[in-house]
Amino acid sequence: MDFDIPRIPLGNWIESGLDFLTTEFSGVTRAISRGTQSGINLLNDGLMWLPEWALIALVVLLCWKLSGRRLAIGGLAGLALIWNLGLWNPMIQTLTLVVIATLVAIVIALPLGILAAVSDRFYRVIMPVLDFMQTMPAFVYLIPAIPFFGIGSVSGIFATVIFSMPPAIRFTTLGIRQVPKDLIEAADAYGSTRSQKLIKVQLPLSLPTLMGGINQTIMLALSMVVIAAMIGANGLGSEVWRAIQRLRPGEGFEAGIAVVIMAMLLDRLTQSLSGSKKTK
Amino acid sequence: MTDTQQTKIQVRNLSKVFGDDAKKALKLRDEGLNRAQILEKTGQTLGLSNINFDVREGELLVIMGLSGSGKSTLIRCLNRLIEPTEGDIIIGGENIPQLSDKALLQCRRRHFSMVFQNFALFPHRTVQMNAEYGLEIRGVDKAERAEKAKNALKQVGLEGWEHAYPNQLSGGMQQRVGLARALANDASVLLMDEAFSALDPLIRRDMQQELIELQHRMKKTTIFITHDLDEALHIGDRIILLRDGEIVQIGTPEEVLTQPADDYVARFTEGVDRSRVVTSRRVMRPVRATAHHDDGPRTALRKMSENALDSIYVVDRERKLLGIVEVDDVDEAARAGKDSIQELLITDFPHIGPDEPLATLYPMFQGKSYPVAVIDDQQRLLGVIVKGAVLEQLAQTGEQ
Repeated sequence: MDFDIPRIPLGNWIESGLDFLTTEFSGVTRAISRGTQSGINLLNDGLMWLPEWALIALVVLLCWKLSGRRLAIGGLAGLALIWNLGLWNPMIQTLTLVVIATLVAIVIALPLGILAAVSDRFYRVIMPVLDFMQTMPAFVYLIPAIPFFGIGSVSGIFATVIFSMPPAIRFTTLGIRQVPKDLIEAADAYGSTRSQKLIKVQLPLSLPTLMGGINQTIMLALSMVVIAAMIGANGLGSEVWRAIQRLRPGEGFEAGIAVVIMAMLLDRLTQSLSGSKKTK
Repeated sequence: MTDTQQTKIQVRNLSKVFGDDAKKALKLRDEGLNRAQILEKTGQTLGLSNINFDVREGELLVIMGLSGSGKSTLIRCLNRLIEPTEGDIIIGGENIPQLSDKALLQCRRRHFSMVFQNFALFPHRTVQMNAEYGLEIRGVDKAERAEKAKNALKQVGLEGWEHAYPNQLSGGMQQRVGLARALANDASVLLMDEAFSALDPLIRRDMQQELIELQHRMKKTTIFITHDLDEALHIGDRIILLRDGEIVQIGTPEEVLTQPADDYVARFTEGVDRSRVVTSRRVMRPVRATAHHDDGPRTALRKMSENALDSIYVVDRERKLLGIVEVDDVDEAARAGKDSIQELLITDFPHIGPDEPLATLYPMFQGKSYPVAVIDDQQRLLGVIVKGAVLEQLAQTGEQ
């Protein structure tokens, strides 16, 4: 007795779906691609135009203002090391990708997060989608990115946005839902409209949580733009990728350490940003 | 409370069912089932049932009940933080349960300010900004709302704290901010939901006193929720007693104490310090005899001996109280052949208004004990209070 259960052609379905999207919306994707690319170029050129020492000074000052002397010293040492290793340009490229991917992710995530906070129905729809986005192995996003946006940084950003957006949505929703019920009641009792309640009470009170979400998004974006080097995104990731292909562990670690330094700086900076907002 | 006072809010046949089949629950209620039976049969909780009362302009109305009595539900039905299931709530010609969402917003802004048990201050706003909140969302311009908020903060004694954040203040001060937020808003009704219950007893007493004074000063219609009978009796012009979602009694504090509607209320009031609530009018006795200011010593002596008194109050023709004379002094004057008691008058006698609580009498019985004179605001003698009568009254109301 041999049951011949046909294999479900799940992969084929997805591929034809993606094919459909690429052919039907090629105009849209190309426009997005061009727009994003020019954004990348602009930011990248801007950051490159600054002399290394000037940018370092700027970052150190920022660290000092937002956090304190320890972070300022750490930032100085870290960035000086990256400069010294000759990884300055790839670092700037990576930073550009992280910044743009994070901005796009936040712009999309905030309204979705707010919507999920105020509508139970939308909440039930979006939560499994977020689970999907977060647990799908990150590499998989790289594949459809290429037919959409071609090889290069834009595809990298596309994959990065999808991968790094979920925490920003989740934390926004969580932050708004965590606002104590009696404060909502007070806002209602005095006759606040929905948007007054949101702007004057719910969003300001969810700000610390929201900043936590943005911090997570930045961290995920950084880890993803490194991986995105596999589809041609420039930066520290491509340094690592090249080191792998040539079997040069030394160079690989150098680029890796530069990523670590960037990650720590970005993390501490955004954390102290949300911290300073909270105590205000 | 006089009949000339206007009605501010009318509540008629107000009911609230928690659950998804309100109709069924109300039908069973009309068939005579009680709250527990309805819950058992339908799984619906009858939060409020057939509530009828009026709120009078300018009064401080206390709604009192234990937890689960429905008092929080009731106050939230008034401004529809909780949707009533049926009934009418009429304020300024509008029936609140029937208002559209938009009209409800306007109604809340115009008519209701609310003070909450756990303060519910906005932690990200300064004291000043908290006080401004109601005006801000109504679109009042900056200068005007700053001014009004400042005034309100002054009323509650928080001058100089405008730029502090709520978490820098003590509980009592936080609730003052809550009160200021409500007062600044200048709505016509003040809703206070267990406003003082989270404060410690001493501060609570102070706040109660201040609320009474504030209310006297501003004549703001106030609905105050509490589970504490002492508090209700202390601050309320009238009290509504709530049990299991129904009104048990409506009355002045004195009525609640001296004529409890049923055993439940009576049991409730057992532990209360009556001397704070029962007024002097209730225990005073008519004056058996008074001397006139132009009586001679012999006439005064005769009046005293006829009534077995060793002192007598002296009044003029309009019954205005002039003072008291003692039998020994009058006797001496009579022997000396004087013809007036005017110079024997003792003007330092204990006296009290007719609506003062008995507790204020206690110190007057110390030392030399003349009967305490009860006089109205034109100095006319209404009656006297003797120590025995006070004790008797306290004992009596205790038995009822």
